[in-house]
Amino acid sequence: MSQELLYWQALNRAMDHEMAADESVFTLGEDVGLYGGSYRVTEGLFAKYGEWRVRDTPISENSFTGLGVGAALVGMRPVVEIMTINFMLLALDSIINGAAKIPFMSGGQFKMPLVVRVPGGIARQLAAQHAQRLEHTLMNVPGLRIAVPATPQDAYWQLRQAIASDDPIIVLEHELLYFTKGQVDLVAEAPPMHRAAVRREGRDLTIVSYSRHAVLAQEAANELAKENIEAEIIDLRSLKPIDWDTCAKSLEKTHRLLVVEEDCRFAGAGAEIVATLTERCFYSLDAPAQRLAGLDIPTPYNGALEAATIPQIPDIVAAARELCRPAPETKAV
Amino acid sequence: MERETMQHMLRGMLLSRAFEERAAEEYSKGNIVGFLHLYPGEEAVAAGVINATGPSDYIVSNYREHAHALVRGTPARAVMAELFGRSTGMSGGMGGSMHMFDRERRFMGGYAIVGQTCPIAIGIAYAIAMRGLPELVVSFLGDGAVNQGTFHESLNMASLWRLPVLFVCENNHYAIGTEIHRHSAVPEVFKRIAAYNIPAEKIDGMDVLKVYNATRQALDRIRRGGGPQFIECETYRYRGHSMADPGTYRPAVELKAYQNWDPIAAAIREVEFQYPTPNELAEIGPDNIKLFADHLIDGEHLAEAEVEELKQDVQKIVDDAVAFALQSAQPSMDAAWGHLNVNRHHEVLM
Repeated sequence: MSQELLYWQALNRAMDHEMAADESVFTLGEDVGLYGGSYRVTEGLFAKYGEWRVRDTPISENSFTGLGVGAALVGMRPVVEIMTINFMLLALDSIINGAAKIPFMSGGQFKMPLVVRVPGGIARQLAAQHAQRLEHTLMNVPGLRIAVPATPQDAYWQLRQAIASDDPIIVLEHELLYFTKGQVDLVAEAPPMHRAAVRREGRDLTIVSYSRHAVLAQEAANELAKENIEAEIIDLRSLKPIDWDTCAKSLEKTHRLLVVEEDCRFAGAGAEIVATLTERCFYSLDAPAQRLAGLDIPTPYNGALEAATIPQIPDIVAAARELCRPAPETKAV
Repeated sequence: MERETMQHMLRGMLLSRAFEERAAEEYSKGNIVGFLHLYPGEEAVAAGVINATGPSDYIVSNYREHAHALVRGTPARAVMAELFGRSTGMSGGMGGSMHMFDRERRFMGGYAIVGQTCPIAIGIAYAIAMRGLPELVVSFLGDGAVNQGTFHESLNMASLWRLPVLFVCENNHYAIGTEIHRHSAVPEVFKRIAAYNIPAEKIDGMDVLKVYNATRQALDRIRRGGGPQFIECETYRYRGHSMADPGTYRPAVELKAYQNWDPIAAAIREVEFQYPTPNELAEIGPDNIKLFADHLIDGEHLAEAEVEELKQDVQKIVDDAVAFALQSAQPSMDAAWGHLNVNRHHEVLM
């Protein structure tokens, strides 16, 4: 039953499926309706479901996200699209002070079946205010859950699961993944939303990544295989919670950890991943865990410089090679 | 207006006053901690607005919301226990003074980010409109909130989509310590609403009957499909912004001006900006509550003895609420985790 779909089409199918199945599902955001969504995710839904369920909003990110919070409080299942993660900074009050906290601070009286879909990441020369990563900001917020689908299949599964969940969930969609292709089985049973996927098995090191860089890591693994280095690739699929068990199991086998992230290195997502896995798997590791991350610099407009600020496939290959080099023998004094 | 409604409103005002004064007392004893924003002076707004709503309507409130919850019908025990941080509180001791929720009574929360009530209120209103239900939302906000982006963004969307929401501005003239002429280029709040094509009026927020009638009319307009409405209630808080605020920024002359409504102001003046002690507060003269009580007595709606009875009655309720709170258990850390994960029980995460 599987078919080839683009990432955005998979998200579109997921939206359509959930909206058809449940009248309490509706979506809102800038240009999601008549225009069809900046990345086409809501294409065709306005005509099919009408303006109340596919609502074009004014450019008021904090308030239309807050509108979603209010609607979720009374049992609706809003899917808020924030045009890019850069504009999500304006909506953090509704997300952090509102969605993430209301179920808790009401003493568990309320559900918060809110989904916030956010395109983000470094795309193609969009410059500093349209090219940043904020996963670390969201990861530090108790009460939120974060999905980071890297494939069309996961995009389809995880968006549907997010809509069905009674918790507030942020779906981080990478702007360079929207037009990537993949097989999507529309009827297969999905794995649990936050379970990590082992994309490739290997014996020499474990590369943990997520979103677009999980895809790049697989390409790097193919290069490494030519040098007889077999990398195990784990696509986390979720940054909150993180499936530590799958990672730990892999490290018990490979004894080496490389985390690859697009996020800026300092206090980025990788910092948490390395810290927790080092605490948990210290005695399984043969070498210090390594991070390959974005540079701590705003994204330059210039294409070559932009590329230099985030890990590329050759960088991943080089870092893995270095990590797998046998330690020099220590001479007895 | 029916005698019962008037009596009910007076009772709500008396309960709110007695409750808040007792809360201040419990705060100084250390039983209540954190930020505590008290309502005395503004009772006519809560009583007038909320008594005009129906049980299927929603209330969204801010951090000065104890009286809103009490008037809505939440038992004083649950409100006081929340102030005490106990497990029997409205929010299980997780929310405190500023985050009171009562789902059963459609009391949708106290929010402590100024202006945050507006988007949440229009979200509930959006759901109502989508479902075509005969319900509506009342959103409280202070005069400080009218300079937040969320306020203007929400008014715009409410008007665009004709959402069933009544915005009630409790204009007590101060954004914490900044007087309205120093925080708003146009100090007449209701005038600013015209920009959004929303009917708005200013009413005397110290007169509960005026508040009640204006609210009734506004709610009728909403129910008839008239879209969002706005009421500015001019009122005054007798105390500082919170228990942490000595209120020394307010000139004595202003407090004097409010003597017409409430001689508590005189008590404040006498002690030179110190909060009145409970004893001083006990010597309440003809304030907004007394004026309403006198009105009911003069109109032979209530006998003087009945007013006295109401006063004693609410005092008993407040005493009982404090005793209840003191006896209630502290919430456990397990309960806290349970509230955080309340919506995950049947979901396999990984």
